[in-house]
Amino acid sequence: MSFIENRFTPNILTTTIDLVFNWARKSALWPMSFGLACCAIEMMAAVASRYDIDRFGAGVYRASPRQSDLMIVAGTVTEKMAPVLKRLYDQMPDPKWVISMGACATCGGPFPTYSTMQGVDRAVPVDVYIPGCPPRPEALLHGVLRLQDKIEKMTIARV
Amino acid sequence: MIVVNREQPFWHRFYLTSVLGGLFITAKHILRRRFTLRYPEKRFTPPDGYRGIPALVKDQNGREKCVACYLCQFVCPPRAITIKAAEMPGNPVEKFPEEFEINMLRCIYCGYCEEVCPEQAIFLVHDYEFAGGSRKELIFAKEKLYQLGGVRPDPIMKWAHK
Repeated sequence: MSFIENRFTPNILTTTIDLVFNWARKSALWPMSFGLACCAIEMMAAVASRYDIDRFGAGVYRASPRQSDLMIVAGTVTEKMAPVLKRLYDQMPDPKWVISMGACATCGGPFPTYSTMQGVDRAVPVDVYIPGCPPRPEALLHGVLRLQDKIEKMTIARV
Repeated sequence: MIVVNREQPFWHRFYLTSVLGGLFITAKHILRRRFTLRYPEKRFTPPDGYRGIPALVKDQNGREKCVACYLCQFVCPPRAITIKAAEMPGNPVEKFPEEFEINMLRCIYCGYCEEVCPEQAIFLVHDYEFAGGSRKELIFAKEKLYQLGGVRPDPIMKWAHK
């Protein structure tokens, strides 16, 4: 898409393309399995039958960053893990999004120490922050819905 | 290493019995009650004592209960609470929080603030769904906390008699 991005002012063609692409992107968010700590348990609960994140098209957990659109950082990111996180993010194909789930991932949470990264937004750009320790599966679904709203507003037109 | 070759029935070689057995279990689940909570339309109702996010409350006269004693800020394990106290002129309650911020990203919903509060001014309410596009969005100021907490009647009203 890069060759037509930022090339046209908003018109009927760009809005139609946006409508189709954004619909496709938001209804098939493939997350990467990136569970680091206890938040990953709630992430698994969100995938299981009770909450069933598949209803929003975000349940196909990929084992490889090359196949995923969404990185759900679920858990404490230590300073040692941060380069790995950055590399995995760089390996994901565009367009890509990041949900920072839980207190530890968003700002270090109960670990204001030298070894814990004080928020993953120091390493990767984060789209949605979800507070909670750990957040309920509903809170994760709420975050996914909010991300879908954000994706709907994406455009290829020159703004 | 000892390998034991046990006799299997003849039809086990075709795996069809296992496939049909699996399909039978799937068919049984079709008849059961639907287990999935359809989240955005239907919601989970938290039980009493559920620990959602902390919020400040007012008493039935609309007075802020918090007297800015800093106990919650002191006890908070992830140091999510920031208080700035000020004097309240012409009121028996000498102090009140001029600023009261809770960083919901840091908060781990442990309930220590509710437990330690001598004025019963901070409670863990039942809200749990929050998401923000930036970190600043989730640092809740005093107005937002009072809006979330609402009113909790105080049976004693000790400051009214001083």
